[in-house]
Amino acid sequence: MRIVLSWLNDLVAVGDDAPALAAALTQLGMQVEHITHVGSTVDGVITARVLRTERHPDAAKVHRVWVDAGDGVERHVWCGAFNMQADDIIPLATPGTTMPDGRVIEPRPILSIESQGMLCSAHELGLGDDHSGILIMAPGTPLGLPYGEALGLQSEVVFDIDLTRNRPDCWGHLGVARDLGARLALPAPQLAQPLSPAGVERTATVDLVDGERCPRFTTLVLSGIQVGSSPEWMGRRLRAAGMRPINNVVDVSNYVMLELNQPNHAYDLDTLGGGGFRIRLARPNETIITLDGVERPVSPDDLLICDANDAPIGIGGVMGGLHSEISDATTAVALEIAYFEQTAMTRTMNRLGLRSEASGRFERGVDTHGMEMAQARFVELLRETCPDLVVHAGAVDARDSALPAQVRPVEVRVSQVNRILGTTLDAAQITALISPIGFDVVSAEANVLTVNVPSWRPDSSGEIDVVEEVARHFGYDNLGELVPNSTMHGRLSAYQQRRRALRQVLLGLGLSEAITDSFLSDAALRDTGLADDAIHITNPLIADEDVLRPSMRAGLLKAVAFNESHRRFGLSFFEIGHVYPPGDRSTELPPEYEGLAIAMAGRDAVSAMAVWRELVASMGLGARVDQSAVPPGMHPTRSATLSLGRDVVGAIGEIHPSVLEAFGVAERVAWLELDLTRLLSAEPKIAQWKATSRYPSSDVDLAFVVADTVPAEKLDKAIRQAAGGLLVDLSLFDVYRGAGAVDGSRSLAYRLRLQAADHTLTDTEVAAVRAKIVTVTGKLGAQLRS
Amino acid sequence: MIEEVRGALDEALKKVAGVVTLDELRVVDSEVLGKRGALAQAKTKLGALAIDDRKTIGQAINEAMGVVSEAVEVRRSALAHDEVNARIVGERIDLTEVLGRPTRGHPHLVTQAWDRLEDVFMGLGFQIAEGPEVETDFYNFEALNMPRSHPARSGFDTLFTDYRQVIANAGDESADADHESSVLLRTHTSPVQIRVMQSVEPPIYMIMPGRVFRRDTPDATHMPVFHQIEGLVIDRNITMAHLAGTISAFTKAFFGGDFTSRLRPNYFPFTEPSAEFDIQRPDGTWIELGGCGMVHPNVLRAGGLDPEEWSGFAFGFGIDRMARERHGIDDIRDMYSNDIRFIEQF
Repeated sequence: MRIVLSWLNDLVAVGDDAPALAAALTQLGMQVEHITHVGSTVDGVITARVLRTERHPDAAKVHRVWVDAGDGVERHVWCGAFNMQADDIIPLATPGTTMPDGRVIEPRPILSIESQGMLCSAHELGLGDDHSGILIMAPGTPLGLPYGEALGLQSEVVFDIDLTRNRPDCWGHLGVARDLGARLALPAPQLAQPLSPAGVERTATVDLVDGERCPRFTTLVLSGIQVGSSPEWMGRRLRAAGMRPINNVVDVSNYVMLELNQPNHAYDLDTLGGGGFRIRLARPNETIITLDGVERPVSPDDLLICDANDAPIGIGGVMGGLHSEISDATTAVALEIAYFEQTAMTRTMNRLGLRSEASGRFERGVDTHGMEMAQARFVELLRETCPDLVVHAGAVDARDSALPAQVRPVEVRVSQVNRILGTTLDAAQITALISPIGFDVVSAEANVLTVNVPSWRPDSSGEIDVVEEVARHFGYDNLGELVPNSTMHGRLSAYQQRRRALRQVLLGLGLSEAITDSFLSDAALRDTGLADDAIHITNPLIADEDVLRPSMRAGLLKAVAFNESHRRFGLSFFEIGHVYPPGDRSTELPPEYEGLAIAMAGRDAVSAMAVWRELVASMGLGARVDQSAVPPGMHPTRSATLSLGRDVVGAIGEIHPSVLEAFGVAERVAWLELDLTRLLSAEPKIAQWKATSRYPSSDVDLAFVVADTVPAEKLDKAIRQAAGGLLVDLSLFDVYRGAGAVDGSRSLAYRLRLQAADHTLTDTEVAAVRAKIVTVTGKLGAQLRS
Repeated sequence: MIEEVRGALDEALKKVAGVVTLDELRVVDSEVLGKRGALAQAKTKLGALAIDDRKTIGQAINEAMGVVSEAVEVRRSALAHDEVNARIVGERIDLTEVLGRPTRGHPHLVTQAWDRLEDVFMGLGFQIAEGPEVETDFYNFEALNMPRSHPARSGFDTLFTDYRQVIANAGDESADADHESSVLLRTHTSPVQIRVMQSVEPPIYMIMPGRVFRRDTPDATHMPVFHQIEGLVIDRNITMAHLAGTISAFTKAFFGGDFTSRLRPNYFPFTEPSAEFDIQRPDGTWIELGGCGMVHPNVLRAGGLDPEEWSGFAFGFGIDRMARERHGIDDIRDMYSNDIRFIEQF
């Protein structure tokens, strides 16, 4: 919202110290984002007279203009606008001038002919939106003067305020003035005197058919109007506030809206069908041509303002109809000021995509009981240009029972104020803080205040809302600072601790952490080779990216491909993030878990297993590696499912070559994916101390020839089982395929270290263990190599 | 005879002195001191001597063997020393000839900021709660006192899923419950507040970090997916001064003792009074950090708590933002590029 300082000063004498006022506004919750000076003179821009103009045969878009700035010197400038002729007085920006947009005017040549400055449009001088041509000033304007002086410009200080949704009243200058005045302990704003109609009775009738959608609709007939232009001060303020002056009637209408947050509309009484209004919901298939000339279909959920003959002339609260505007010939108007129910009106506004100064205000909420004051202000302002203005008796104030009460009493406990704010205020102090902003304390008994919340504060309806007003006007800075004594023990949960430890292990293994998109396209999902029954977003920002990731695979493969494209190969990434696996949609929320995914480019499945082994060892994780079940999208002979009981908790191995190709990944990619929610929730066994033996150990090397179909893991288990308690270490140190090994089998060489806790092992004991291992592994078809 | 012994001794010492490697010394050692050595051989001849001679010569042989043995040891130690020296000299390395290095992984900047924030709040006595990223309309909006007409509840800002989406017109009360079961991507971490209140008895001192989603076009300062951290304190007699004090304590612990904070009024549906909190750098400039306020009575009720018994405050801000501030990152999109050239910098 653009708040004009001089306008505020008309209402409450807040003074001119703009930075201090901006700070006070910010402290009240009206954050001032910028302070701008609108209409201030630009140094270096002076008035000049056009001597002659001339086209240049080689320049199509610009022409040459010679001007005189009053010193008799002919100056030549290039100009892209053609709206001037000889003897016009125009503003000339001389070389070296810094324009409001920061541009510095330099004698820049075109076709090697220098331009000694620039002719300016109103827009370029910050005087409005008009950039259609150069600003032509009144004939007889003295030359060589700063243009601001020549125009009699007065600059306006404007606060750009970022208003919060709970302060609809501040969309009018009055709301801001009221709050600021209270903060500065100034007298209440001066408002227009109530009307005393003097004219004969003339009524614009109101037939309120669907009153719950328009709980209040007022009309007042004014005559003796002469349509013309507004006083300079009004035009200046409207421009400063961001609106374009049009004519005195429309300007007053806008001025009242910007001052009192009360949208209103003046209808030409002579062209108003039947001389009155009918407010009803639209009929099926009805259309209306809005004032922007567009014919719009309306639905039976949209409220229409019709004339007394039932012809639509506006959409309630949203936009007027094409022929509802006043014209130069208008002499009498029906001034309409209404209140439209917000929720339904907002639906209409959004459905039609029509947002205007008025509809935005109705959406946020207007004063349901400010119509009389708005009428009085309208009359007061219009009288400045229409001295013969007649206010007719016979005003209509049509109301529906849905109209909120003007006075809404709220009980506020002094104890509650202090309990929430940590203050020690008493009833009188609270009253002193909130009455200046219109929160009337009508009684204070037993430390319970009855506060009448004003009708311009629709946001405020409960005790806590009043507590906030007290806090704002007491000053947040004055509330003090206390650090609560937490009675909780600040710590991570066991899961969170383990997740941090896991991350450290992965970083130590040389993997870097990625964060990839939570969304992907159906095509990318298909490319991953995963099941395609994922959850979709119904209103994605990018139409294609509407799948919630069931795995981090697509994201990490994209990361690998991206880095490969920058010739960064052999990279290893991990990601810890939520994934959304397909589910049966019977639960309140879809299945979701925190997953870990690891992608190691240029590495094979053995590397993935090495990482898994390290996680097993360091994190106490456990799962069965089942190579008989190949996870989807993974290398069929180099991958395994990780499972706990019947549940799949992960996948390990390598990404399928065709998946890699689909993602444009050149290297092979080792892959590990885990359900952390499942695996990290299991409390790992805490390692218990075992005495280290003081007796010597014996090493035994055993090499077996065993079929490829028998996993090494099985042999491993069999050896452990057979060796029993004497085995302190077992490692596979050689795998050999080729000459000497039968086709379809390989040689696996293990080193065992045997040791007893309480004696030195005898050769007999070692031989016995060896014999037992040979027997047990023999059952798996393993043959000891001699 | 004595000459023979002397000769053997001289010969032995000469041999020992001529040795240049430990291996040679081992051979010489057994040559001069072993059974076949000249001195040992001389010993065998003692029996043939007269008693007196036997004694003198025997003594001379023993002394000679002692001298030789000592010479061998001295030589051994000198040779060992030389060999170690030779090896050391031969092993010289220029430590600045670096061929590659062990690679270490780099944690994501968001994780780094996340962990740092957790650590600071743990020091202030907070625990950490997390919740689902896919939420119901109830937890994300309704329970947080956000009216149906609130713009955030529209599909304009919020991403809805096909898991369940029920669209009901505001005011259509029969459809309200269904509407609240619509499943969406949480737009803030605040729904975790409700889940915490519903599952934990106060006092509550919790922070809630996590990933959130908005229907925003990515630009230098916005991502449709980003990370927030939320704080919630519910206890008896918690006031707004406690909120200001906590923000201030956090500011000093996280940014440094010479940073200060201020609250200024703002509006959020889930807190009242509400505030924005700004952090002032030592150079006087401000960072607008996040929102906070006293938990709205309606939110306490939605969490199953009696607002007359409990009071509390909540605050929230962006984690990604903390990382950007700390490392001077112009464009937030870089943080999510997964470009190793970015990742390796931190």
